[in-house]
Amino acid sequence: MFDALSDRLERIGASLRSRGRLSDADLDQALSDVRVALLEADVELSVVRAFIEALRVRLAGQSLSQSLSPGQQVIKAVHEQLIDVLGGSALKVTYASRPPTVIVLAGLQGAGKTTTAAKLAAWFKQQGRQPYLVAADLQRPAAVEQLRVLGGQIGVDVFSEPSSPVEVARRGVAEAARIGRDVVIIDTAGRLAIDQALMDEVRAISDATSPHYTFLVIDAVTGQDAVLTARAFHEVLELSGIIVTKLDYDARGGAVLSARGVVGRPIVFASTGEKVGDFDLFHPDRMASRILGMGDALSLIEQAERTMDPEIVAASAGRMMDGSFTLDDFLAQLNQVRKMGSLGGLMRLMPGVTKEMRTAAANVDDRELNKIEAIIRSMTPRERREPVIIDGSRRSRIAAGSGTTVNAVNQLLKQFGEMRKMMRQMGGANPSLPPQMGKLAALAARRGGDELPPGFEALGAGMRSAPVSAGPKGKKKKGGRVTPPKQR
Amino acid sequence: MIASVFVLASIVIVALLVVALVVVGLVRRRRGPAPVAPMAPLPDLLVTEIAERPVLDEEPTLGSRLGASRGVFDRVRSIAGTGALTGEQLEVVEEVLLRSDVGVSTTEVVLAVLRRDGAPDGVAATVRRILRESLVDERHVAVDAEPGRVAVWLFVGVNGVGKTTTIGKLAHREIGAGRKVVLAAGDTFRAAAAEQLTTWAERTGADVVRAGEGADPGSVIHDALGRASARGADLVLADTAGRRANSTNLLDELAKVRRVADRAPGQVLETFMVLDATTGQNALAQAREFLAAASVTGIVLTKLDGTARGGIVVAIERELSIPVKFVGVGEGVADLIPFDPDEFVDSLIRA
Ligand SMILES: Nc1nc2c(ncn2[C@@H]2O[C@H](COP(=O)(O)OP(=O)(O)OP(=O)(O)O)[C@@H](O)[C@H]2O)c(=O)[nH]1
Ligand SMILES: [Mg+2]
Repeated sequence: MFDALSDRLERIGASLRSRGRLSDADLDQALSDVRVALLEADVELSVVRAFIEALRVRLAGQSLSQSLSPGQQVIKAVHEQLIDVLGGSALKVTYASRPPTVIVLAGLQGAGKTTTAAKLAAWFKQQGRQPYLVAADLQRPAAVEQLRVLGGQIGVDVFSEPSSPVEVARRGVAEAARIGRDVVIIDTAGRLAIDQALMDEVRAISDATSPHYTFLVIDAVTGQDAVLTARAFHEVLELSGIIVTKLDYDARGGAVLSARGVVGRPIVFASTGEKVGDFDLFHPDRMASRILGMGDALSLIEQAERTMDPEIVAASAGRMMDGSFTLDDFLAQLNQVRKMGSLGGLMRLMPGVTKEMRTAAANVDDRELNKIEAIIRSMTPRERREPVIIDGSRRSRIAAGSGTTVNAVNQLLKQFGEMRKMMRQMGGANPSLPPQMGKLAALAARRGGDELPPGFEALGAGMRSAPVSAGPKGKKKKGGRVTPPKQR
Repeated sequence: MIASVFVLASIVIVALLVVALVVVGLVRRRRGPAPVAPMAPLPDLLVTEIAERPVLDEEPTLGSRLGASRGVFDRVRSIAGTGALTGEQLEVVEEVLLRSDVGVSTTEVVLAVLRRDGAPDGVAATVRRILRESLVDERHVAVDAEPGRVAVWLFVGVNGVGKTTTIGKLAHREIGAGRKVVLAAGDTFRAAAAEQLTTWAERTGADVVRAGEGADPGSVIHDALGRASARGADLVLADTAGRRANSTNLLDELAKVRRVADRAPGQVLETFMVLDATTGQNALAQAREFLAAASVTGIVLTKLDGTARGGIVVAIERELSIPVKFVGVGEGVADLIPFDPDEFVDSLIRA
């Protein structure tokens, strides 16, 4: 839906610009589009209303800029408004002056508390802390066992005993203090906000352990119920923040916005997968892009930084710009990409990619990529450098060598030709990037605080017209730093 | 195929090279003396919110609006208008439906009918009728396998929706009906999933077949079928690992599990997608994917004992014709009831 939103908003006529501001009719239309998009993203109705009203105020007072189309300006305003509601910037987690820092996790059944407890412990461990887990979910069968297994996997001790949840929590904290652990994470049973007895129980756990943090664990696919739940838990427990789970699902995650809106506490962590490492501080700007369906370029860039080998990449990137990109380069880069993750996963993070492309990429089988590799590996070094020399007999040889067909080889060579053509356009006298790549480049540049490299200056100008956060304007606003400080 | 995969790969590659061009310098510099982040002092203040509080929180109207929204449902009932509806009446209907997670497009459909036909029997009754008509008619639960084969019910769904618990409840129900039941611990991925299912087997008197963590789920189900036919059991309830519905690999794996379960002596009679009532619009995507991968035959809607209404199943039934067959209303072994469409539609409007 949001994919369509950007398109629809873009269509708000450029002719309006001369008038210097959006007409009331256009504004109403735009706001109504935004409303539907928010609802489809599962943002709760009253949060949607408050959001739309705030957006109206924001847009009404604003005179239209020259560099952005009215539609882009609306998108930019939506994005900024989302970031505001989601908490502005990433949060710092600090520690109790007298350890241990006590953390209680609470939430509905099935939200992912137990897994989150383990991930959180692993995260603290990575921060150089000595976490301790307390298994106070005595309700769900085998929950204690699950936490024990997870604790074993990450090398964090788990406290458990067959008494009562309150007793387990109390003694767990005491034990942590005794053996000198500085962070205690208490996993509690899932409970419904309307279950008075169980809400009293979690309150008692809280009273008995005086937690420094109480986090509500909430599932990213939650619908309208998110606010009722968040509010009820907040009333009983005074939440210090929210942890959102299952962000690797395709849901837009509007529940996050709802919960944030109704309790007014920050979203601190986000969990993005089943593995223990798929967990990090929450980044409002990225969530805003996600709710808007704009990809998550910053995560992509960070992931690239973490895994790519700069030497290999730099050499190929150079050849990409001067038009001498070879199949060897392709192979090397394909390996880099495969190291980073699945094509589908990466494509999902890229801005400006169509839904069809995302779906197609998500469905790419690893074996298909193996086939491509096999074909290229069956070429001689010279063939890889100069694919033009690959004639019919060479094609048959390559097909036989790679266990594929001549047709497959033909297709690959043809597409490689297309790719080179595109690269030549990018690197030529008049460099032009496809818009989404321009945005990526701008974000990357901003991240590093670098100027665009030679050859990209001209692109910079084009990028300024790119919507939302890519523009240099969003950058200065909050003390010159939009990207959250790196944690590790 | 090669062509499209190649194109996709090259798009990602080009994008990353662009990123790299910009970042490479940065990466190199980082290799110098690494900037050591000074360890933060340990203040008592624990969560430091860097950004200003958003305007939204300070608006006291938000909470009161929510409170007011409860009354909205009463308003629907009280609207006894016949003929054309006023804008306000339509808005109220819209609000009720959206708040139940019915979704924008289904809500639009209902509103369109109301606009066209009015509400001759009162708004609430008309909305109830429109919703009721969009639900499927057939909710039969198949339990009798062909002679010589063992009926299998397969349970699929995303993480934490209540698959394992539902199996426990259904085991209780079917054993109560005089059937011999074997549970297959096909979730070999999540820590302690087999222990959890074993607890349910003990509670209900079902037999359970399990293997170690990381074992092949297909072989667990295969073993369970062997055990079931050897002991003359009537029904195998097969658990699977929770999985996200946007991963081709995980869905392929599920399709494979289903094929194994459907091989003689097994016969898959029902594939239940378990759905948490708190789920929003993503549920539709989940249903679509699980339907394609595992030929889902019915939905078990869990956690209806909470405040969530589970309205998204209206969209699922309307668009995909997958019937809801059971609803979960608690964590106890008896907290499962057959789905009653009339009651459900009532509850959406009552809310
Ligand atoms: N209140 C309520 N809780 C439920 C219901 N059904 C399941 N639960 C709870 O939801 C939580 C998750 O249930 P599980 O059965 O473990 O879910 P699952 O789908 O097997 O989870 P994974 O195997 O981890 O994907 C447990 O705490 C259950 O007790 C229900 O109808 N009502
Ligand atoms: Mg399970």
